[in-house]
Amino acid sequence: MSGRRRARSRKAFVAALQFLVVVATTYLGLLAVTFFIGRVIPIDPVLAVLGDRAPNHVVERTREAMGLNLPLYQQFFIYCRQAFTGDFGTSVLTTNPVMADIRRVFPATMELATLGTLIGAFIGVPLGVLAAVKRGSIVDQIVRVIGLVGYSVPIFWLALLALLVFYARLQWVAYPGRIDIVYEYSFTPATGFYLLDSAWQGQWDVFRDVFRHIILPASLLGYFSLAYISRMTRSFMLNELQQEYIVAARAKGLSEARIIWSHALRNAAVPLVTVIALSYAGLLEGSVLTETVFAWPGLGLYITNSLQNADMNAVLGGTIIIGSVFIGINLLSDLLYRTLDPRTRAR
Amino acid sequence: MSLAPVTRPPETPPETRPMSRREWLLSDRPQSRTQARLGRAYMTWRRFSANRLAVLGLCILLALIFVAIFADALAPYNPVIGNLAGARLLPPGSEGYLLGTDDQGRDILSRLIHGSRLTLLVVLLVAIIAAPVGLIVGAVAGYAGGWIDAVLMRITDIFLAFPKLVLALAFVAALGPGIENAVIAIAITSWPPYARIARAETLTVRHSDYIAAVRLMGASPLRIIFRHVMPMCMSSLIVRVTLDMAGIILTAAGLGFLGLGAQPPLPEWGAMIASGRRFILDQWWVATMPGIAILIVSLGFNLLGDGLRDALDPRESGQ
Repeated sequence: MSGRRRARSRKAFVAALQFLVVVATTYLGLLAVTFFIGRVIPIDPVLAVLGDRAPNHVVERTREAMGLNLPLYQQFFIYCRQAFTGDFGTSVLTTNPVMADIRRVFPATMELATLGTLIGAFIGVPLGVLAAVKRGSIVDQIVRVIGLVGYSVPIFWLALLALLVFYARLQWVAYPGRIDIVYEYSFTPATGFYLLDSAWQGQWDVFRDVFRHIILPASLLGYFSLAYISRMTRSFMLNELQQEYIVAARAKGLSEARIIWSHALRNAAVPLVTVIALSYAGLLEGSVLTETVFAWPGLGLYITNSLQNADMNAVLGGTIIIGSVFIGINLLSDLLYRTLDPRTRAR
Repeated sequence: MSLAPVTRPPETPPETRPMSRREWLLSDRPQSRTQARLGRAYMTWRRFSANRLAVLGLCILLALIFVAIFADALAPYNPVIGNLAGARLLPPGSEGYLLGTDDQGRDILSRLIHGSRLTLLVVLLVAIIAAPVGLIVGAVAGYAGGWIDAVLMRITDIFLAFPKLVLALAFVAALGPGIENAVIAIAITSWPPYARIARAETLTVRHSDYIAAVRLMGASPLRIIFRHVMPMCMSSLIVRVTLDMAGIILTAAGLGFLGLGAQPPLPEWGAMIASGRRFILDQWWVATMPGIAILIVSLGFNLLGDGLRDALDPRESGQ
């Protein structure tokens, strides 16, 4: 008995070790790729910094100062050490350390992506369930069309059209940006999540203004996550509704609503958690284009602004941060799936 | 030993046979390899063409290819040089300008027609680069097994975990803007799923009898992989590549929108949206028309991909 338990705990230990190896190699891979992009692809990083008119001795000194005279593997080692301490160099554009810039803009992106995922999940899951239950009905067709268009439409184009309709023509929402200029200096956010901050401080006029700014970009991101989530929910639910326990529940005389929303959906919920987590990661990335259109002062706008000014430190720092969060959520959802699904636990 | 193209319509059988053409194609006992292949292609085509949306997708793709080939003849105006004096920002339906003109007096329709070439070029180049890379990595990993498999798949998984658009952005930032670099960046970020698929298919055929037979005949591992394993991966790969086309088009358009893809004055659809952005409030058509073109084409690829998956892989259809 104790032997079996020891075998099981050893198995858990091996699994945890494997997971750690996966995490470590994935992050190392991300650093290797960004290192490659930043140091190897440019013909000469020194020239990229100084321009081609600098005298030779300045070039040499800068090369040494940047550590570029060292062998490549040593450079990579230093690069990794710096990245782990959050040192991505200084942004040429803002003259701040890149990490400080990112810390400033990241909450804006997260607030947007979180609200988008909430919209997507709260509308997408019920839609997907309805589509699966009434297969072939009008709801099913609508979900299908929503999914197809969501997979096919360029997000920045839809964002422009939404601005045209809801801001310029209907005037339902506020203009691009995060907060009205009137409040920008009177409102001091504590966490960087403006909706939470303004509600916490009881400044409801600020809250209303922030809401009017965030609702359009968040709805757009929400639409894309809705397209994905509803399609996956439908296919998970179709799978569950064919199972024998559904027949058993029907035979027992349970109401159809209870069978669907309580029995089937609970079983479909396990893979759904992964899907929602993945769509959250996708929105963090998808915000790059959306933020550009809505002048949303988040990480995506920071990256594209830096791109346009050839500010490589900022671009790569932003890439590493988005990549890390993306990888983190990916691995986390994997782990979540394994802990939530009893079948994978037993094996 | 390659598979027949899936969408080839049935060809006329020899006249001497007493059977009808359909019977000949559907025969359980094909007399020749050609007959077996044509029969299979016919069955696939039947399944595919029963799906009206899939046929619509195929039509969109064929129309895109047609427009791209005959762009010079179809476009009423020069796509790059406009009429600055007399035709700036004309609305759709103006005299001679069906979809209106942009801020440089260029006909939007002509630019869209010429832009189809760029879209097709990007999609084809990415497919030509990424699909074989994924196929080779996956087939070698699956067939070799052991540490080769472990290493190759670890690398694949690492790339699979990256955010595609952001990584493509970083690559283009380093390589410099331009349509070639955009293609390279997209290709680098899109091969891992193909490797995954190729490996999975390879694992299913790896221990089958025909592979054992070929090995007994003394074929080298390379020959087995290239001639006998890879063809088996083709149909799943084609489906996946078709489904990915829409995503590739959207990424390329996104890069173009950010000014990192095709450079002006090239009529790339994403870049056209970006240049129309300034006029969106008053001259909405400048940015709207290219978006509709992107939407139609990527919708076409999605429909086609769905249809191909259902036709080639009946196991997964219906969901």
